[in-house]
Amino acid sequence: MKDQSNHAFVIEGKMALPYQYFAGAVGSKFIVALRDEKKILGVRCEHCNKTWVPPRQTCEHCFAPLTDHWVEVQPAGVVTNFTVVRYAEPYQPQEPPYVLALIKLDGADSALTHLLDCGDIQNARIGMRVRAVFSDTPKDNILNIARFIPE
Amino acid sequence: MANRVAICAVAQTKFEPGKKDQRFQGMLWEVIKSVREQTGLDFSEHGIQGAITVSDDVFDARTISDGGITDVVGAHYGSEEKVAADGAQGVYYAAATILSGHHEVVLLTGHCKESQAISRNMVTHLAFDPFFTRPVGLDYLSAAALQARAYMDRSGITETQLADLVVRARQWAAKNPAAQETTPLTREEVMAAPMAADPIRGSFMYPVSDGAIAMILATEKRAAEFTDKPVWITGLGNCYDGFFLGERDLSGNFALERAAQRAYAMAKIADPKTAFDLVEISDQYAHQLPQYAEGLGVCPPSGGNQWLSDGGPDRQNVNRSGGMITGNPLMLGGMARVAEAVLQLRGEAGARQVAGAKRAVAQGATGPAGQCQTVVIVEN
Repeated sequence: MKDQSNHAFVIEGKMALPYQYFAGAVGSKFIVALRDEKKILGVRCEHCNKTWVPPRQTCEHCFAPLTDHWVEVQPAGVVTNFTVVRYAEPYQPQEPPYVLALIKLDGADSALTHLLDCGDIQNARIGMRVRAVFSDTPKDNILNIARFIPE
Repeated sequence: MANRVAICAVAQTKFEPGKKDQRFQGMLWEVIKSVREQTGLDFSEHGIQGAITVSDDVFDARTISDGGITDVVGAHYGSEEKVAADGAQGVYYAAATILSGHHEVVLLTGHCKESQAISRNMVTHLAFDPFFTRPVGLDYLSAAALQARAYMDRSGITETQLADLVVRARQWAAKNPAAQETTPLTREEVMAAPMAADPIRGSFMYPVSDGAIAMILATEKRAAEFTDKPVWITGLGNCYDGFFLGERDLSGNFALERAAQRAYAMAKIADPKTAFDLVEISDQYAHQLPQYAEGLGVCPPSGGNQWLSDGGPDRQNVNRSGGMITGNPLMLGGMARVAEAVLQLRGEAGARQVAGAKRAVAQGATGPAGQCQTVVIVEN
């Protein structure tokens, strides 16, 4: 209990509960391919002529079903945008400062948000060619790609 | 709009970095008492018929947190519906409740105490999915930084221009009794703040803020019972952009352009550059003021940079409230913009009054990098 002015006090609390996130059939296939085969999968919408990474069951633009249209995209691509994260939060994947980038993989029409390790943070550039470094330990999420590094 | 909805009363708390002496229910009662006194309304059968409330479960740390405010909003034995989005969306919802014929008189409230979370970023981090975007540490600040770089690269707007916007915001905030950050700053002081997430400096983002807002909305038929200065909602529009940041054009205004078009069509506005006596933009981050001005069409498309250089914000009376960047909590950015527009159209904006203001546009945003946009047009 922490005393405040006017005899009002605050109670220290914490919001946390064990939880099971359902990855779904599409998300599971993507993560298993990433984890077990080091392959990055997307889905192609023939109608919109776009390949979406991460994949999804239905195209959000034309609502076409996409789960019969899996395609493999390249584990390399180009930086389309980035920020240098300099503030610290407990949920961050590494100690700041670090570069968080949007990376458009070869063969994809959308960019993936991921960590970019280009040595000195000052080296980060839009247009930079980068490739995925896969994690040594299996993960249940996008961090099966540990980070991207300059090609 | 065939049937007009009137905003009959508005009240705001002072926005503060941490209201230590008030629970969120207490903040709400302060503003609800005010709008009741302004209108003479109570919660009886002939009074307020329903409430629309705006809040966020995680900021309130309660599941379905509106359950904890039913007493102060008069919802015991009555009707209440919650909007878990920016308060401009609450204005939309309250107006829809009236236009659909459900109620003639509605209380709209919004509250948020950002200070109660140990970190605001931890709350917004939870807006992301657990497989693709949360593991890389995204939150609304890092998402806004990606938006800022994309927009600044496209527009050529510099950090110095953003710093000048912060200086200007503080000058207007000093004239607004509800505003939080009113201490004058120089360009040099703004630029001296360290980067939080490049290109966003600590001084380019809104401060942690607590506060509440209440409004009374009514049908055209009933409004005269409660006020002789009704402000009419003549246009409403909203639109969502996609979820994944990598699939959006963060340099542009996909959602805001569509939200604005919908509101302008309803209000029969042909040229938004000249249609408004004042403009209120939810500038959670400094770059969003020119970016969203482009999206609203109050400056030429892709003309944000030139518009800043030409003194557009002063000429078009943009954010005389001081804007969100001087302090409104998440959830209330757009609602505070509507509140300012109403005060201006009622001629109650004191030292920041736009003389003879007749029509205003207010914008609010929900989600990372302005994913969902709401536009409200009010006239007197």
